[in-house]
Amino acid sequence: MDAEAAKLIGAGLAAIGAGVAALGVGNVFGSFLESALRNPGAADGQQGRLFIGFAAAELLGLLAFVVAMILIFVA
Amino acid sequence: MAESGKIDPMHQFAIEPLFGTDQLAIGGYNIAFTNSALWMVITVVVLWVFMLGGMKRDLVPGRWQAAVESMTGFIAKLTDDNIGKGGRKYVPYIFSLFMFILFANLLGLLPIGLFGLHPFTFTSHFTVTGVLAVLSFSIVLIVGFWKHKLHFFSLFVPQGTPLWLIWLIPVIELVSFMVRPFSLGLRLFVAMIAGHILLKVLAGFVINSSNAGLLPGLGVGIPSFVLMVGISALEILVAAIQAYVFALLTSLYLHDAEHLH
Repeated sequence: MDAEAAKLIGAGLAAIGAGVAALGVGNVFGSFLESALRNPGAADGQQGRLFIGFAAAELLGLLAFVVAMILIFVA
Repeated sequence: MAESGKIDPMHQFAIEPLFGTDQLAIGGYNIAFTNSALWMVITVVVLWVFMLGGMKRDLVPGRWQAAVESMTGFIAKLTDDNIGKGGRKYVPYIFSLFMFILFANLLGLLPIGLFGLHPFTFTSHFTVTGVLAVLSFSIVLIVGFWKHKLHFFSLFVPQGTPLWLIWLIPVIELVSFMVRPFSLGLRLFVAMIAGHILLKVLAGFVINSSNAGLLPGLGVGIPSFVLMVGISALEILVAAIQAYVFALLTSLYLHDAEHLH
């Protein structure tokens, strides 16, 4: 297999990471919504932490995207 | 029937020198006025106009004043909640950072393609977001060392660390600390670049499918276009969220520098 084909296959495999990150982000928001419906009064105070959790989960998914971009355009 | 064109989603991020300044240099470093610099100037001008229009002192604010006040109140609350005591002195920096990134992200989504112009999101380059992240991180380091001198390193030994782990925990904490500026810049950069690549690829689908005939045009082009509208709405949300997350994380790092835990 030549290098170019291997790079593109690797980039395609990196997209699996993006799909798994979607699970992570959905988990963060889902847990927040579930507990917010149990205790609506405390929900507004925790919004900051919700976005911190989202940013962390999203970043790791974006790292998979960066790997794909490096494989396609840099390596 | 026209040949289907190759979709090139990366050309929109090319940096082009404008107005014939491509050879301008100081001390060997090229200082051409690029499209990225142009959009930074446009962002600053729009932000300036927004602030000037709203900095009135009416007791009952009109809409513009209320909009500016909601932004300043939002950032003041953010710094109060996340930096705590002594956070007020960072409001000008956090506010400028947040508004600059927010306006930059939003101006890159403007539909001025209708008039044949191309908006440019300068935050879609790691050089720009990296510099903003390094700026935030430098302020954290300067504040930390100025305020606490060498006691700042106690940040890496959290309270309650058992003695038998004292060789491992500071190493992990240090690595996690040093990754912060990189992750800060990378998050904003990738969020912006990914959204714009997706929109460009979908736009390519619309054009190529319409060129391929009526049936492909309706079958592929129309759903792609509907998806573009939805993704653009999502991109506006992501633009605001990424600006907020950048400001929020900077505030959190400043809290660590101010209060050492």
